[in-house]
Amino acid sequence: MSNPTANFKQVNHSVTKVDARQLALGKPSYVDDFRPPNALVVKMLWSPHAHARIVSMDVSEAEKMPGVKAVLWHGNVPRIPHATAGQGFPEPSPYDTFMFDTKVRFVGDRVAAVAAETEEQALAALECIKVEYEKLQPVFTIDEAMAEGAPIIHDEPDAYVPIPIPYEPQKNLVARVGAEVGDFEKGMKEADFTFDDTYETPYAQHCPIEPYVSLAQLDSAGRIVITTSTQVPFHCRRIVAQILDVPVQKIRVIKPRIGGGFGSKQEVLLEDVVAMFALRTGRPCIWRFTREENFRTGRTRHPIRVRIRLGAKKDGTITAIGMDCWNNTGAYGGHGLTVVSCCGSKVLPLYRCENIHFLGKVYYTNLPCGGAYRGFGATQAFFAFESSMDKMAEALGMDPVRFRQMNHIRSGEGSPIFAALGEGKEGVPMTVGSNALAECIVRGAEEIGWSNRTDWREKTGRYRRGMGMACLMQGSSIPHIDMGGASIKINEDGSFNLLVGATDLGTGSDTVLAQIAAEELCTTTDKMIVYSSDTDMTPFDVGAYASSTTYLSGEAVRKAAADAKRQILHTGAEMLGLAEKDVLCKDAHVQTPDGKQKVSYGDIACYALYQKNQYQIIGTASHVTGKSPPPFAAHYTEIEVDTWTGNIKVLRYVSTIDCGTAINPALCEGQTEGGTLNGISYALTEEYLFNENGRMMNANFTDYHIFSMRDAPRIKAIIVPSYEDTGPFGAKSVSEICINGPAPAIANAIYNATGARLYEFPFTPEKVLNAIRAVQA
Amino acid sequence: MMKNPQTVTFTLNGERKTFITRPDEKLLDLLRREGYKGTKFGCGQGTCGACTVLMDGRAIYSCLLYSMQAENRDIRTIESIGTHDKPSEFQQELIAAGAVQCGYCIPGMIMSAEALMKAEKTYPEEVVREYMDGNLCRCTGYEKIWDALQTVLARREAANKAKAKS
Repeated sequence: MSNPTANFKQVNHSVTKVDARQLALGKPSYVDDFRPPNALVVKMLWSPHAHARIVSMDVSEAEKMPGVKAVLWHGNVPRIPHATAGQGFPEPSPYDTFMFDTKVRFVGDRVAAVAAETEEQALAALECIKVEYEKLQPVFTIDEAMAEGAPIIHDEPDAYVPIPIPYEPQKNLVARVGAEVGDFEKGMKEADFTFDDTYETPYAQHCPIEPYVSLAQLDSAGRIVITTSTQVPFHCRRIVAQILDVPVQKIRVIKPRIGGGFGSKQEVLLEDVVAMFALRTGRPCIWRFTREENFRTGRTRHPIRVRIRLGAKKDGTITAIGMDCWNNTGAYGGHGLTVVSCCGSKVLPLYRCENIHFLGKVYYTNLPCGGAYRGFGATQAFFAFESSMDKMAEALGMDPVRFRQMNHIRSGEGSPIFAALGEGKEGVPMTVGSNALAECIVRGAEEIGWSNRTDWREKTGRYRRGMGMACLMQGSSIPHIDMGGASIKINEDGSFNLLVGATDLGTGSDTVLAQIAAEELCTTTDKMIVYSSDTDMTPFDVGAYASSTTYLSGEAVRKAAADAKRQILHTGAEMLGLAEKDVLCKDAHVQTPDGKQKVSYGDIACYALYQKNQYQIIGTASHVTGKSPPPFAAHYTEIEVDTWTGNIKVLRYVSTIDCGTAINPALCEGQTEGGTLNGISYALTEEYLFNENGRMMNANFTDYHIFSMRDAPRIKAIIVPSYEDTGPFGAKSVSEICINGPAPAIANAIYNATGARLYEFPFTPEKVLNAIRAVQA
Repeated sequence: MMKNPQTVTFTLNGERKTFITRPDEKLLDLLRREGYKGTKFGCGQGTCGACTVLMDGRAIYSCLLYSMQAENRDIRTIESIGTHDKPSEFQQELIAAGAVQCGYCIPGMIMSAEALMKAEKTYPEEVVREYMDGNLCRCTGYEKIWDALQTVLARREAANKAKAKS
């Protein structure tokens, strides 16, 4: 087959990111840059207790404080159960949240909010709010949450889940999901080697450099205009309408440039409050989280306990895979079910096996709330699973690379897990199309020098080097659930307005979508004026999550562009006095195949807009996918362990990626490098530390360390092309998969350096040293 | 809105200006209030670098500095670096490398690099890392930012050497 990417002129090229210049110049672009001078400042009184009932509350003194324009609390807002998670509708998350409640469920839960002329006045007013709490016994671990007679965190009668899934709040159980394939127990019996290990992953935060921030104001018609740092503008509009009990029609959500999200902003955490204040005061109202609030109240990565049972025959055949996940969703259940589902659905299909057991359970605790975070469950499960794969390889006496090469899924193969596990409902049967994992494994091994790897038993001295690797997959959008829309119209000079609901939050998706449109339209990317996203102006899109934008919204854009192209051809042919079948589009012209007769897109637009048979050339399309093609990756690292201190230094890191056609290779590399470093930082340093009252003690960048330029190792991203027939110009997703690799790859490297196996990260010097001592003892 | 208004006078992007302020106002807040939106709020604790500006040529966290501490000093913000038609060398390299993802950290990065290029004649890796260590980025893994900076610094170093010889 000839290489379909060879003729691409716009896609598969590292076109300059459309917004790079304005951002590098520091031009006003983000929510807070649009703060009107007369905006009121919103501040929240947060719960100091992990679990308490509000017995009484008095806001009268606060209301009288200088500069205060309004106070919101449970006594003066509607009580409407909802989910803050921005997902499809009806949401696969419980409606267990209220704008303000009479109960607080974690340190950092809402109590009351003030809008005042200045931040100082708002803060002073918060101090005057009198609250009497009845403290309740808190629940801090999954074991405590599951225990017989455990305190019930959601005892309110009006919480419910809007789709038919198990929800038992009286047992603190948010959701349960499982899948059985073949006969797991039989598979374990047939195995020559079996392992049964349990792993733990910590709380972590996305840490976008722009914190959560939302601005609401009433326009001249009295509608509420919310400018907000969100990944999900359309879900945001729907959820705010629900919480405020106003029609969707009354709300407009604008997403300007976003200073990073990584999943944290797939949540409606501020918009309902600023919108309500704008309604109550008639003034613009802005609320920006402090860094501390971003940690305490912002969403986190769900900590998950993962038990892996693995059986294999001497020849390396995997006979049984068992995965049990206990997901701590914190005080509210958003994304609890879907994250735990993805522990299974984004991990288990990677290796061939006939006997699979999966069970995921989600529990409430009185700790911060889990949410969507790049990797979405797969990150947690891959740490466990790829660690166990290495253990098995050693038991078999097989190179870990060889063991994976033997067993990984091939193109043309399916997995029963695809059909068994969806997100809130059953999945969709699927066979894998594009798959360059085999080449990823080889290329990564070459780059790191895998053949030089030696056994840990041969290593001596204080500093010991080790190599580790992990194989990964993810998905591309949620089939039959996610929908993206796009429209594209032509202007007099042959430029185009590309309007998409797909939400660029810093990833570069506006650029990628512009490239796709330009390729389809046979013009250049610089002719695209991209606008995302505005609920008044752009078509619907579910938003930026589930690795969906390039694959799903990209195909919507391609179809919309094809629609516009048909119209351009029609009018161009009319102008040339030729039949449509006798002309084609090339280099922003409609022309005869020999190029002797041609007319430019600009002239076609002018003709259509002003001259004859006038109409607006505008293409529009929507797209829903029937499958979720996995991107694949193989990660390799070489590390150095200081066996005296337990300190780990990542010397080199290689991230290969099969994302189908890389629409913009530089941006794909950027996604891969950034996600990988986030994963390395998570594996080595990031975790929430709590005191005995459930209060996070390290809510700042000094104590919660994310990697800086000095900490960062060099990361080599290698794009290994494949062609996904169902994606736009062969593309699938790139953004999430890369964060899943560092924890298992580094864990495997620590083992290879020292013989110490870690079942819990971050791999702090203390943990590493204890594990090394256990080996030496 | 401001009680007991006081003023502060400093050179901002080459122009001497006087602003009304308060003793407890941070330079970051003053700048943003006055329309210099390129300087960002990221943490308010002097840990992320999104608010980096130059004071007398040195990179500082404007979220930690009281506005009045800028009295009679020379302050430069991202607004003084490059234009749409003529971005600075580093801006141009960042754009070309695909180093601008969400872009929120970028103005601060650029100001730290300005400080580096003003103060140093040669750019050993350790020195560069030291200057840039105070600017956190969560999107890029620093790879492309690093590459863009190295391209600019290599060019400068060569130019500095040539100058020294002549």
